[in-house]
Amino acid sequence: MANDHIDITVEPGEVHALLGENGAGKSTLMNQLYGLLQPDEGEILVNGEAKVFRSPRDAIAAGIGMVHQHFMLVPVFTVADNIALGAEDVRGGPLGILDRRRMRRDVLATSQKYGLPIDPDALVENLPVGAQQRVEIVKALIRDVDLLILDEPTAVLTPQETDELLGVMRSLAETGKSIVFITHKLREVKAIADRITVIRRGRTVGTASPDTSEDELAALMVGREVSLEVTKGAAEPGREVLKVRGLVVDDDRGVRAVDGIDLDVRAGEVLGIAGVQGNGQTELVEAIMGLRAATAGTMQLDNEDLGALSTKKILQSGVGYIPEDRSLDGVVKEFSVAENLVLDMYDRPPYGNAVRLNPKAIADNAAERVTQFDIRTSSAESAVGTLSGGNQQKVVVAREMSRPLRLMIASQPTRGVDVGSIEFIHNQIVHERDNGTAVLVVSSELDEVVGLADRIAVMYRGRILATVSPGMPREEIGLLMAGITGADEEEGTK
Amino acid sequence: MTTDVEAPTPPKKDEERPESFLSLFLRNLWSANTVTVTALSILLALVIGAVLMVVSDSTVLSKFSYFTARPSDALTASWDLISAAYADLFRGAIFDPAAVQAWFDGTGTWQAAFNPISETLTYAAPLVFTGLAVAIAFRGGLFNIGGQGQAVIGCVTSAVAGFAFGLPPVINLVVALLFGILGGALWGFVPGLLKARTGAHEVITTIMLNYTATLFLSWLILQKGVQDPNRTDAISKTVDASAQLPAMPSPLRVHLGIVLAVLAVIGISWLINRSAFGFELRAVGVNPPAARTAGMSVARTYTLLMVVSGALAGLGGAVQVLGTADKLTPQVAGNIGFDGLLVALLGRNKPWGTLFAAILYGALRAGGNLMQADVGISLELVTVVQALIVIFIAAPALIKAIFQLRAARSARLGTSMAKGW
Amino acid sequence: MSGVSTATVEDPTEVKAPERFWSRARRLGVGLVLIGLVAALFFGSLAESKTARFTLSEDAEGAALSINGQFGAILFGIVTVVTGGLLLAGIAHRRQTALLGLGILTFVLSFLCWQVAGKFLPLVDTVGGSLELALPLILGALAGVLGERSGVVNVAIEGQFLMGAFGAALVGTMATSVWAGLISAVVGGVIIAAMLAVLAIRYLVDQVVVGIVLNLFALGVTGFLYERLMQTDAQKYNQPPQLPEWRIPGLADIPVIGPVLFDTNLLVWLGLILVFVIHFGLTRTRWGLRTRAVGEHPTAADTVGIRVRGLRYLNVLLGGVIAGAGGAYFTLVSTGSFTKNMTAGAGFIALAALIFGRWTPFGALGAALFFGFAQKLASYLSAVGSPVPNQFLNMLPYLATIIAVAGLVGRVRAPAADGVPYVKS
Repeated sequence: MANDHIDITVEPGEVHALLGENGAGKSTLMNQLYGLLQPDEGEILVNGEAKVFRSPRDAIAAGIGMVHQHFMLVPVFTVADNIALGAEDVRGGPLGILDRRRMRRDVLATSQKYGLPIDPDALVENLPVGAQQRVEIVKALIRDVDLLILDEPTAVLTPQETDELLGVMRSLAETGKSIVFITHKLREVKAIADRITVIRRGRTVGTASPDTSEDELAALMVGREVSLEVTKGAAEPGREVLKVRGLVVDDDRGVRAVDGIDLDVRAGEVLGIAGVQGNGQTELVEAIMGLRAATAGTMQLDNEDLGALSTKKILQSGVGYIPEDRSLDGVVKEFSVAENLVLDMYDRPPYGNAVRLNPKAIADNAAERVTQFDIRTSSAESAVGTLSGGNQQKVVVAREMSRPLRLMIASQPTRGVDVGSIEFIHNQIVHERDNGTAVLVVSSELDEVVGLADRIAVMYRGRILATVSPGMPREEIGLLMAGITGADEEEGTK
Repeated sequence: MTTDVEAPTPPKKDEERPESFLSLFLRNLWSANTVTVTALSILLALVIGAVLMVVSDSTVLSKFSYFTARPSDALTASWDLISAAYADLFRGAIFDPAAVQAWFDGTGTWQAAFNPISETLTYAAPLVFTGLAVAIAFRGGLFNIGGQGQAVIGCVTSAVAGFAFGLPPVINLVVALLFGILGGALWGFVPGLLKARTGAHEVITTIMLNYTATLFLSWLILQKGVQDPNRTDAISKTVDASAQLPAMPSPLRVHLGIVLAVLAVIGISWLINRSAFGFELRAVGVNPPAARTAGMSVARTYTLLMVVSGALAGLGGAVQVLGTADKLTPQVAGNIGFDGLLVALLGRNKPWGTLFAAILYGALRAGGNLMQADVGISLELVTVVQALIVIFIAAPALIKAIFQLRAARSARLGTSMAKGW
Repeated sequence: MSGVSTATVEDPTEVKAPERFWSRARRLGVGLVLIGLVAALFFGSLAESKTARFTLSEDAEGAALSINGQFGAILFGIVTVVTGGLLLAGIAHRRQTALLGLGILTFVLSFLCWQVAGKFLPLVDTVGGSLELALPLILGALAGVLGERSGVVNVAIEGQFLMGAFGAALVGTMATSVWAGLISAVVGGVIIAAMLAVLAIRYLVDQVVVGIVLNLFALGVTGFLYERLMQTDAQKYNQPPQLPEWRIPGLADIPVIGPVLFDTNLLVWLGLILVFVIHFGLTRTRWGLRTRAVGEHPTAADTVGIRVRGLRYLNVLLGGVIAGAGGAYFTLVSTGSFTKNMTAGAGFIALAALIFGRWTPFGALGAALFFGFAQKLASYLSAVGSPVPNQFLNMLPYLATIIAVAGLVGRVRAPAADGVPYVKS
């Protein structure tokens, strides 16, 4: 049961935050409000009238708009086409010929009215994430909404863009619209919300005001006292394990993603790469792991050239890799937990050789890891797809950390993971560091980077803008993440 | 503000009285599990086949024109036709009660009694190989529709090896089989390589190679050195006796091929489930990006997989030629490639399932022969029934709706891998 | 605060990575240079030094474009090498496809000069014949476009052809009306399309698998009914009247193009008009926008209230109409009666044309013409007595398809949601 008898009320002109950790049931609730899912019990009242939403059409008709966490935009369409979709202006009667001129006009009008600049003729796939989000918001607003739902909108924004978005939400609320803002980020909730409803495990556990402290909110979210800090001792860095010089990598579209990067990661330290997604971190990590060819530059693991090695060889040389999207390429959902735990080692003793597998060794390994890493599963033979997000991630972590490592690369290691598992994984990463492994953590969650890293490299548009200490004030790191170095701070405030 | 953590309460279950085994069994029987769905699919397909039979028979149809006046005429005529046809199907595939009776009486031979089963196994043998070829490719995420072409090339290479080399007895057979494997492997290698290097979709390339192979066969048979010197029509030299698969005494046709087929099933089952290559192909089959990130080479796996798949189909062709046909004709490979596709789907792409499905389809073919000879119903009807069976098991929800089955315990049925291009 | 908005995150000044040396254009260039050399040297030396006549009329006399066979073979071979060289040198970036097309064209011309030396090639018949042979491919590919642009893979075009051809023959004969035949061809196509739609959209069966099985089903049903009805009594069941040829006076007098385009049967016009109609529909109408959305990002379409499954059903069924009409070509235009498995893979070639044409109507048209020409060439060469054996000539369209799909297409991008059934989650 994802939603267990939830009650929630939203007033006009209010910004109402729905706070809960990953998997708590927030999106499920909102999907019912938007007609994408049907409730089993209960009712929805809009302005006192009971409504049934069988499809998004009904929700739209009732004045409800939604901006989803993963954008609902067709990449190959223009902005105007995307916004008009479903409510196109047509002429020519039954033929339904699109009136693109009118569509453009309407888009520009709405965009100006709410202060959300967008270009109607741009192709969505060429737009940066912040712009795409503006398109989504205009798409909702153009349909005359009274209630706007925003699902985890700040996940992909820089701190600056987040502030802009919060400003937009405030001004929309001032025009009388209601905003429901789904998130798990305490800082934002306190900054913008008029009221906060906390959801845990599918139930409402209380309403709070923005004055409530972050610790109290976190405790409400998780149900117990939570330490938001990572406990770790001082680092004792040793030799240079990973050395990257002048790395240049291009993405699938032929665009330069990594534009000349130098990196050092030492044994026994955590280097954190901070930066919003889409600034080349993905391509950087893929290049190091041999999943993407580098255009120029060198990468060395203990003075061994990485560029010439296949991914298999790299993994076998003592490199652990936690990919950023576990459902894409971290686990094989249809395989069992035991099989996933040896996904990159099945053809090496003791789990097997080039010809055959060793089922007993695989099963023994599974039993050990499940206990060691506290993987909640009914059996090691269950398909990994039946596990929760946090436990799936623990499978990936267990797999990589159960062999001797020289270098560990963790990309977005706790994305979409519940708080208990987040704590566990963070501790494992620190543990690995203390064992003398060099650790590279890439994360767009600034808190995570600040908590885990001994040094932070801020990445923007394929370059490392600066390498700083975690003690630096958040605002300054935020500026760096937005590409604003000390030199052009003045220009930025134009 | 403190709140206690509560474990989410599981939905309340009514206290259940322990059920008797029988009622549990019956309840599970009439649910949408694999066995029931398969059985009902076969039943439904046969029903539709019966309808087709009746609809296309002018004599019976004419009786329907005065249906309201004397319904019994039309119904009896229909029933006579259908029962005669399906009785033939049974008699040609499994056993003929009359022949068995005769054997016990001493008036008939044991060969005649076992003939139907022999026919079934003879038709089934090559289907096991072509079915395995499709099944293993599917498990790896590839649609190998080229079983027909790969089998044809396997026929060609094994037949030529069978009459060209003149090696001593057992060696000649082994070499001929090997050549069949190599021929099929080559014909599978090409689309595999193209897929790995250029991304060319294997559905199209394998189908095109099917037609190419058939044309090549029809050309080759007429060439000097291949064509039977004593014939002017399109028949090749006969394979040396030493290269033919040993068979049961005549008139039984079943040969060693069916034993090889079972061995192949065991081998492929091991390959898929217990070997390193099997692990790779299964991973690539369900999640190529994850396989790649874990260090596997997707391109290499695809290529190797198509080689193995083609080799299996080629072996099926070899078995057909060296066991049944003994020589090349333009139609030597019959439909074994396409039937193999249906067999694999019916067998849910599992090796043992493929074996049983192949036997079923072999039975349909053997029985269909008798049906055609006896009642004049075209063998094409068997193709229709075979295709319908697969359509129905591929959409178990349809069968479930038609027969009002309960939901099955485990929801894993059918072949929905739903991947598209 | 809002002053920062316009500064940083706007125009993504993306740096385009410098091109690798062995880009696709260069590799194709090498290919063209190689085949151009083969053409100039091999064809050129084998060609007889006699005149190759490309006549404007049906017989050997009359107006013609003539060229010395050997000279022509060498000349066109050299032109092919030149186009390959241009691609290799990296010049004319934008004209890549045009250069490639030109190179292939001149290679074929070189080949023809070799083959036609001392003989004649009736241009009208060749072009017209190519168009006619391409016709079912055009219709089949268009049917595929409709389905696949909305996200449903249609491998069952072959089955739709067969049912269409059979229906047209059967009903056409029984009703002695070519129009009744045409309508029942459409019905036949729709039957298969309906089965595909239900199984793929509602029951979520793998679409490629279902397409192949439906083809076998259609093959079996038509084969069975053929044996039962038509084989025994051809006159009663299998002699449909043929589609009449209509001539537009005036336009039909233009050399070559005239007789090909304006003195032909209805299906040809239908096919060509449909190309334009579907192109217009997809790019300019509401239906087209929604169809494309459903094929690229069905969830997005759903969230704005579009009925995803309904639209997919509609498009697959429309596709069945078109493919069924394509099937009518076989029995109402081409051969005049039905035989078992008479389509011989045309449905799959249509599918290849769809992919080769990048899922667009005009692309499909071009690709279909290419494959039609390959078939026509094969039959011309065998008629003219080429040294290449008949069976190998008949392989030509199939091999051309493989080369097209593997080599010439490059990595294509199907509609993003193609083949993935839409399940609300």
